[in-house]
Amino acid sequence: MNFYPIFWKDLLLIRKKPWKFLASSMVMPVLYLVTFGWGLGRGMAMANGGTYLDFVLPGLLVMSAMNNSFGPVSTSVNVSKLYTKTIEEVLVSPVSHWDIALGRALMGLVRGMFSALLLLVVGLLSGARLHLSPGLVLVLGLTSFCFASAAVAAAMVAKSHEDMSNFNSFVIIPMSFLAGTFFTPDKLPEPFHSAVLIYPLTHASMLLRAFAAGEVPSIPSLLILTAYAALFFYLAGRMVKRAV
Amino acid sequence: MIETINLTKQFGSLTAVKELHIAVKDGEVFGLLGPNGAGKTTTIRMLTTLSRPASGTARIAGFDIINDPLAVKSIIGVVPQMLNLDIDLTAAENLEYHGRLHRMEAADRRGRAEELLRFTGLWEKRDTHVEHLSGGMRRRLLIARGLMHRPKVVFLDEPTVGLDPQARRMIWGMLLDLKRSGITILLTTHYIEEADALCDRVAILRQGTVIALDRPSALKSNVGAFALECLGRQDIARKFFRSREEAIEAGKDVCTDIVVRDVTLEDVFIKLTGERIET
Repeated sequence: MNFYPIFWKDLLLIRKKPWKFLASSMVMPVLYLVTFGWGLGRGMAMANGGTYLDFVLPGLLVMSAMNNSFGPVSTSVNVSKLYTKTIEEVLVSPVSHWDIALGRALMGLVRGMFSALLLLVVGLLSGARLHLSPGLVLVLGLTSFCFASAAVAAAMVAKSHEDMSNFNSFVIIPMSFLAGTFFTPDKLPEPFHSAVLIYPLTHASMLLRAFAAGEVPSIPSLLILTAYAALFFYLAGRMVKRAV
Repeated sequence: MIETINLTKQFGSLTAVKELHIAVKDGEVFGLLGPNGAGKTTTIRMLTTLSRPASGTARIAGFDIINDPLAVKSIIGVVPQMLNLDIDLTAAENLEYHGRLHRMEAADRRGRAEELLRFTGLWEKRDTHVEHLSGGMRRRLLIARGLMHRPKVVFLDEPTVGLDPQARRMIWGMLLDLKRSGITILLTTHYIEEADALCDRVAILRQGTVIALDRPSALKSNVGAFALECLGRQDIARKFFRSREEAIEAGKDVCTDIVVRDVTLEDVFIKLTGERIET
C-alpha cells in the first residue's frame, strides 16, 4: 500500500491555505442552515415535538458530507487529468491504481467529515437538539468515503469539464434535494418513494436521522450505504486503471 | 536496457507508431528525432506505461511494460513535454512529493532533493512556489523531479521545447553531465542540434516508422560531408558532397549566392523523405 503520498500532498495543500479550505467547506452548509433551518423552519413544530431545525440538521449534515467530498475531489482529479496533467506524475510512479483511488478518497473523507462536523457545531450552537453518538460519525465517514470514491470514478471517466458539470447537474444536485434531506422519504407517493431509495444519500439521511434521534438505525440502510461505498471505491480503482 | 518489440499504437484508423523495433544499450543516450506527429511522444507514453500498445511490447531492464508495469515504473524517470509540476507547491515540495511516491526514506529525500536542486541551479529557489518560477526553471525542476528517485532509465520528451537559446544550452549542459554519469537516456526531440549534441545514436521517425537509425555522424556521412544551398532559392534542392571544394565547384553552375555548410541530421531527413523536420 502506497496511498499515503497522495493523501499527504492534499493535506499539505490544505495546510497551506487553511482559511480557503475552511470557508469553502462552510459556505453551502451554512446557507442551507440559514435558509431551511432558521428562515423556514425555526418556528415549525414537528409531530414528534421537535423543531424543523432538529429534523433538517441530520439531512444537511449528510448533504454537506456529500458535497464537500464529491465536489473538491471530482474537480481536483478532473483538472489534474485533463488540464494540468499532474496525475501523470502519479501514473508513472510505482503506485497502484487502488492506492491512487484510496489516497484521493481519503482526502474526500477528510473534507466531507470536516465540513459536516463544522456544520454540526454551528447547528448545536443554534439550538438544534441531536443525540451525539459514534454512529453519527460512522455515517458521516461512510457517506464522505462513498461520494469521494464516486468522485474519483466520475472524474476519471469524464472527458471534459462539461461532462463533470453534467454529472453534477443530473446526479448530485437532484440527489441533494430528493434524498430525504429536507423531508422524510416515506412522505413521497409511490413510485417516487421507491425511486429515492435508490440514492445512497437517502440511506445516509435515514441512518443519520435515526442516530440523531437516539433510535435504532435501519440495518438494511447501513448495509446499502456500505455496499455503495464499496462499489464506488471499486469503480474508482478500475477507472484509474483504465486511464493507463 | 530498452527493447521494443513490434511496438504499435493506433488511434482509430491512424497508426501513430508502427511495429517499432529499437534496442537502447545500458548507459546510452538514444534520440528519437522526427517532426511533430512522427510518433515520438506516443512511443514514450507507451514505454512509460501511460499508454497501452495496440500490439507488441517493450522491456525495460528486463521488465515488460504490459505485464510488469509497477516494476517498470520503479526504475524509470519521466520528464514529460508538458510542465506538469504542482504549481501550489514549492520546488522542494515537488521533489519531496515525488520522493514519497517512490517510497524514499525521509533523510534520503532531503539529501537527494538538495543534491538535485543544486545540480539544476535551483537551490536558491527551493522555497519558491512553482507558479513563480520561469519556464526554464520549471523545465530544470522537471528534470530534477525525473531524477529524484535515482532511476536507471530516464525518458525526456522534448526537454527543451519552448525555451530560449540560453536556457536550452543550460539544459544541454545538465544532460551532458547526466550522460557522463552513465545513466541510460531516451529523449525525443525535433531540434536537430539537440539530437546531434546529446545523442550516441538517433532513430529518425516518420509517420510512426523508423526510417534510419545510427550514430549521428554515421547518418550524416551516408549523405555527405557538405551541403550546398542557394540563398533565397527554396525551389532549388540542396545537394550534398564529400568535400567543400566539390560543393563550391558544383554551386557555380547552379546559382550565384551559394552557402556551403556541414551536413546536419535535418539533411539526412530531407534526403530520406524530401521534407523538413523543423517547421
